[in-house]
Amino acid sequence: MFESRSGIFFIAGVGFFALAFVASGLVPILMYADKYPEKKAIEMVNRNILIQFRDLQTRYPEPFKKYIGELTPENEAAKCAETIRYGLKVYTGEGCWHCHSQFVRPVSREMERWGPVSKSWEYQNELQRPVMFGTRRVGPDLIREGGRRSNDWHAAHFFKPQSLAPDSVMPEYKWFFEGSPLKPNDRGLALITYMQWLGSWMPNYFTQYKSQGQAISEGDQ
Amino acid sequence: MTETPLPPDAQPGTRLVLHRLVGLYFVAAIVYMFASLTGGLIMALQLTDLNPLKGIEFFSPGRWRMIHTNAIAYGFIANAFLGALHWAVPRLTLKPVLSVKLSWFIFLAWQVVVLSTAVGILFGQAQGLEWGETPVWIDPLAQAGLVLVAINFMTPIMKMKGPMYVSLWYFIAAFVWTNLTYAMGNFLPEYLICGVGAGAIGGMFIHDLVGLFVTPLGWGLMYYFVPIILKKPMWSHALSLVGFWGLAFFYPLTGIHHFLYTPIPMFLQYGAVISTIAVEFVVTTVIINFFGTIWGSSWSAFKNLPIRWFYTGMVFYFLTCLQCAFQTTLTFQAIIHFSDWVVGHAHMVMFGVFVFWQFGMMVYLFPRIWQTEWYSTRLLEWHYWLSTIGLTLMISALILVGVFQGFSWATLDLWEESIRISMPFWMVRIAAGLIIIAGQVCFAYNLYRTYLLSRRTVKAPGA
Repeated sequence: MFESRSGIFFIAGVGFFALAFVASGLVPILMYADKYPEKKAIEMVNRNILIQFRDLQTRYPEPFKKYIGELTPENEAAKCAETIRYGLKVYTGEGCWHCHSQFVRPVSREMERWGPVSKSWEYQNELQRPVMFGTRRVGPDLIREGGRRSNDWHAAHFFKPQSLAPDSVMPEYKWFFEGSPLKPNDRGLALITYMQWLGSWMPNYFTQYKSQGQAISEGDQ
Repeated sequence: MTETPLPPDAQPGTRLVLHRLVGLYFVAAIVYMFASLTGGLIMALQLTDLNPLKGIEFFSPGRWRMIHTNAIAYGFIANAFLGALHWAVPRLTLKPVLSVKLSWFIFLAWQVVVLSTAVGILFGQAQGLEWGETPVWIDPLAQAGLVLVAINFMTPIMKMKGPMYVSLWYFIAAFVWTNLTYAMGNFLPEYLICGVGAGAIGGMFIHDLVGLFVTPLGWGLMYYFVPIILKKPMWSHALSLVGFWGLAFFYPLTGIHHFLYTPIPMFLQYGAVISTIAVEFVVTTVIINFFGTIWGSSWSAFKNLPIRWFYTGMVFYFLTCLQCAFQTTLTFQAIIHFSDWVVGHAHMVMFGVFVFWQFGMMVYLFPRIWQTEWYSTRLLEWHYWLSTIGLTLMISALILVGVFQGFSWATLDLWEESIRISMPFWMVRIAAGLIIIAGQVCFAYNLYRTYLLSRRTVKAPGA
């Protein structure tokens, strides 16, 4: 059995893999399947993110009209969901998630720096498929990013991060704009919306966590 | 070079091994190696604010970082393994692979997969799965390619008579695992499962790719090449059994250790930590077996370059696994998670172990494939020493700065402070990277000159 083709193929190959898949893959999937079924993007649109979305229209009326259209009370939720979804696509495609994580741990005083510890229910939606936990933090964690900074701060920051955070090593994303931070294109608008959406489901959106880590950015704001 | 002469040890009248295919796989691997090095260099320059290509979309460091990892995993490591398997499997089974045409088709298809992955990533279409950023429209093609690889190599293994050698255990398991891992990681979190479950699956994918694709193929080939070059059998068959079955049982269970302190249930995190520590014990038995094998002929590690590459890789392997047993504990994770410690660890595994082993195989096989000596043994030495010194420097700097970053975050320093303290270490990383690149340039140039030599020697008798 230990040195035969069938033993290796079925026990080591298929069997042990299946065991691990059930034990550490299927268990968490089934645990949350009923309790927190996957929500659609539109269900994740809330009052907080709509405020930011309308603000984006006010600040950048021309690009907004060109790429997203006019907001009406009937269509704004759907348009917002579509924009966040596109923002996630940009976030994934640019590899943002390789330098920014999206979860707050209960250790290393992260609650003081970023806010409340991440909970399972926050991730059970279409916009966390694939989940954007991340494994490296060159830059700050982003799961509580929404509402901390204004839309135009994000625009200027994506255009040239060092103009707002002098020690930042983040690359410039000039291709989110048409030549100036005043003219974000579809990708720029979408990514800003996505940033503001992160954490918008929390009751304490707009809270400034007064840790030292935030001081410099707030000063610049 | 139309007709490749058979090696003296091959059966006359048969074409057991497709020499030209093995060589082409290796050459393709080395080409992708340079793509990967370019990606690493761009990201390293960006992090030290020295990137000369700022603000250009197609040189985006974020995208090139993904090319860096994908080119090494699917471009270098996968190609080099396929080449080495085309050498080892027919010799171990004494049967040719299923079909020569299929072999060539797989070669071409795999290059299409790797190149379109690179192009897809460059155009911002990456998939949100670490080590699996291959755009979603390529995934089915890659999966089909992996199935064909398994069929092509499993045929001679099924046809062979008599007991199977250790290497073949690892190969059989690897063909099963690679297919299952790829399917699980690339399709489930993309289409079916969100959130915490996707995190668990993603963690398993990251780790299974290393533990169930790269590791079993790597060890399988070590079990083949080391005894052949040393001209003596493995030290202990019992330890070979323990190593294989221990790895098979514990390795798949470790995946969640990539996402400790996430909302993934805590009891699953504990399970992954314990399995990871168990893997370290298994690894120790394998290492003992290989050092028992070389015991008594240790001089070959100095004199014989392939053996030196192999055993240097094994030392790094032991170090990474030892590091792993500690770093996956919750105590270490609280500080070093998210830091450059992990980046250092990944470089030690992927470059220091598997790429080193494949360099050893290439150094051993190219002269046999091309029927000529290496152009320069001195350049081969430069390649070895520049790679080893560069890598040691790089991982030392990264692992050390990882600890500093972790403590800087834990003390609630300004975020920028963690960047400022990293700068000197990131400078060292660039220097180390340039040393590694210099080593690979030596190797590529040496290989080119060796190829020219081989053309001359082959043509000479007919001229």
